[in-house]
Amino acid sequence: MLGILRQKAGGAMGLSSQGLGNHFLSLRPLTPALRNYTSAVKEMTVRDALNSALDEEMAADPNVFVMGEEVGEYQGAYKITKGLLDKYGPERVVDTPITEAGFAGIGVGSAYHGLRPVIEFMTFNFSMQAIDHIINSAAKSNYMSAGQINVPIVFRGPNGPAAGVGAQHSQCYGAWYGSVPGLKVLVPYSSEDARGLLKAAIRDPDPVVFLENELLYGESFPVSAEALDSSFCLPIGKAKIEREGKDITITAFSKMVGYALKAAEILEKEGINAEVINLRSIRPLDRATINASVRKTNRLVTVEEGFPQHGIGAEICASVVEDSFGYLDAPVERIAGADVPTPYAANLERMAFPQIEDIVRAAKRACYRSAPMAATAS
Amino acid sequence: MALWLAGMIRGASYYKKTLISITTRSSRAFASSGARDADKGSFRTPYMASATAFISRRFRSSVAGQQLDHFSSHDDEDKGQVRTLDFPGGRVPYTSEMRFLPGSSENRVECYRVLDDDGYPLSSTPFQHIDKEVAVKMYRGMVTLQAMDTVIYEAQRQGRISFYMTSYGEEAVNLGSAAALSSDDIVLPQYREPGVMLWRGFELQEFVNQFFGNKNDIGKGRQMPTHYGSNKHNVITISAPLATQLPQAVGAAYSIKMDKKDACVVTYFGDGCSSEGDFHASLNFAAVMEVPIVYICRNNGWAISTPVTDQFRSDGIVVKGQAYGIPSIRVDGNDALAVYNAVGAARKVAINEQRPVLVEALTYRVGHHSTSDDSTKYRPIDEIEHWKTARNPVSIFRNWVQRRSWWSDKQESDFRAHIRKQVIHAVQVAEKTEKSPVGSIFCDVYENVPPNLMEQEKLLKETIRRYPQDFPKDVPLGN
Repeated sequence: MLGILRQKAGGAMGLSSQGLGNHFLSLRPLTPALRNYTSAVKEMTVRDALNSALDEEMAADPNVFVMGEEVGEYQGAYKITKGLLDKYGPERVVDTPITEAGFAGIGVGSAYHGLRPVIEFMTFNFSMQAIDHIINSAAKSNYMSAGQINVPIVFRGPNGPAAGVGAQHSQCYGAWYGSVPGLKVLVPYSSEDARGLLKAAIRDPDPVVFLENELLYGESFPVSAEALDSSFCLPIGKAKIEREGKDITITAFSKMVGYALKAAEILEKEGINAEVINLRSIRPLDRATINASVRKTNRLVTVEEGFPQHGIGAEICASVVEDSFGYLDAPVERIAGADVPTPYAANLERMAFPQIEDIVRAAKRACYRSAPMAATAS
Repeated sequence: MALWLAGMIRGASYYKKTLISITTRSSRAFASSGARDADKGSFRTPYMASATAFISRRFRSSVAGQQLDHFSSHDDEDKGQVRTLDFPGGRVPYTSEMRFLPGSSENRVECYRVLDDDGYPLSSTPFQHIDKEVAVKMYRGMVTLQAMDTVIYEAQRQGRISFYMTSYGEEAVNLGSAAALSSDDIVLPQYREPGVMLWRGFELQEFVNQFFGNKNDIGKGRQMPTHYGSNKHNVITISAPLATQLPQAVGAAYSIKMDKKDACVVTYFGDGCSSEGDFHASLNFAAVMEVPIVYICRNNGWAISTPVTDQFRSDGIVVKGQAYGIPSIRVDGNDALAVYNAVGAARKVAINEQRPVLVEALTYRVGHHSTSDDSTKYRPIDEIEHWKTARNPVSIFRNWVQRRSWWSDKQESDFRAHIRKQVIHAVQVAEKTEKSPVGSIFCDVYENVPPNLMEQEKLLKETIRRYPQDFPKDVPLGN
């Protein structure tokens, strides 16, 4: 990771990137995502997408209930549960005392007995207080009980770095939960993802960890009529190719998908046609889609905000080495958060997480590096 | 921690204008408080400002407040009246005398008993009727537990199974409580309550299949011995990390409450569990959420090698229930009738009043914690011997049953010989039964087996077929 820090320092000197970071931090809705839709497309924020998905699933199944700190009267710390208390009452929108281990355990217990709890962590950082229930109880009970007790529970809330909240509130738990058999781990990016994946998570018979991103809640994305239908649902374990390309594959999830798409736009101008894969699901990981893309482009850059060691990028890299080693024309480039607890100061914080220019540089390295090698070979 | 962050994030979010505009009543009150978001006090302000509306929206969560209101007097100025002050949560009496509550009261909380150590009723006070059939079934269950413990403990010492935990000394808590419940009640056990499953009809052979992890084990050979569970018997599979069953019990009870079922959740735990955070979270949530749940604490004096004197300085567990606003009782856990009566009454309160009740059964763990420790290394043999003989719960109950002519010496010797033979037979059968098949490694990780696990199973089976000499012979390959 020090390598990435060094690269950043080098880039700052060479690129004179004044104000670039600030600009990209406030990402605007991305036009490329419009491609697949007709002109009648509606815009929706991720917050409303999550809220409407919860609402529809609660309306469809009386066993679904929401529980967490401030999900009721206060309408959710991030207003994801807005209006649900009025609609479904305090029996199904449960405000809890401040004990993560308590309400995570209560959720698991209610799932043992047939309910479908959606447990909101105010942020996933606080799920650490409850992780025993998630891993040792939710993830394993179906197996330990020999299939007698399944645990249809969703743990959801904002994950990953926000902005200016320091080490204990800025980390990605994708790799943590992604390593646990029995869990499913979903990472929505757009409003369509948020709706389709949250609905899938609630309907799923197994425990799902649903990692949202605070900075995406207010973002608007176009949503198709199909995605707005209450029956809409996305398959768990399928990645989405957000942007087709032939020269290099960029994998990303959550907020980083937006960064990858921005990077792809910049690369396009420089004649590099990048394919951007929105993972959507960390576990199961869609190895097939990733490998098919790499076999086409022969180059790979992975992007994540989590720590680099044993991260999602490491897992993707391993899967490509195992399945498509012969197709690689360049070393895989892994872009991740710095291998340090997140600093608070804005300038240092920016340095600690991937920026769009990091992706652009890594993609160029992967492409340029292969060109002279090929020339030497011929 | 969460409290602090709420303010922090909210503050940051306002700044970035990423939060939607705030329109709720309570939030307006919050904003008008004019204090900084990160301030802990102002964070709770909206709740205080709209306390009336807030409380009326929660089931009957004002109960605690109402209880406090009993102290209140409307004419505060009158002499001789208790003078009160209004605070969030209700009115509180006040005084000019500075008095700390003592850390413990002079008298320990008394312990409910029905029988003395010789099995004679303590007084002529009538106790809950218990008929012959129930009493004899309870007694047989206690003897069966002893027989199972004796044979299986030996089998473990002989290396035939890897691990075992006995219930010696706690037979009365096991069977007394089990008999007082309905089979619809959901049980979340710890690991020293096999008597509950036995009472509900889990067969000896099923227990022993679990110890050996053979193909007939309904747990498919996955859990270590004594960590069983059975959906059919409404017993949730035992989880090894301490106290996790306690908040989960609240969740299960919540679902019973939503279904308006005539049943409750019963969860067991030991004195050691009460030190875990989950214990406190569970009691508090159960009280606040008003769920039908009976907590049964087996306070058996020892958490492996830690005596209760090193575990807590309170008067046991019973006072902790009260601190959380939960009706609580202490019983003699070696008196099967006292346990039966107390749990039966607790169950009624839990269901009729939709609230948690706590039963602390004082008892003694006569056996080692498990086959992994030798308890004579950390406690005197005399102490163990005393509880094994003078306070033996099985003898106490037997004396009572036999005095009522519901049991005889002949039945005693016949049944003990018979049940021992049955356990030994079950061991022989379980040992001869094939082990769980290879395929059971991969199923139930998820409700439906995902493709990557199917592939792993296929690869493993192919490898075993190709290199059979590298794999144990007694594991069937299946299809």
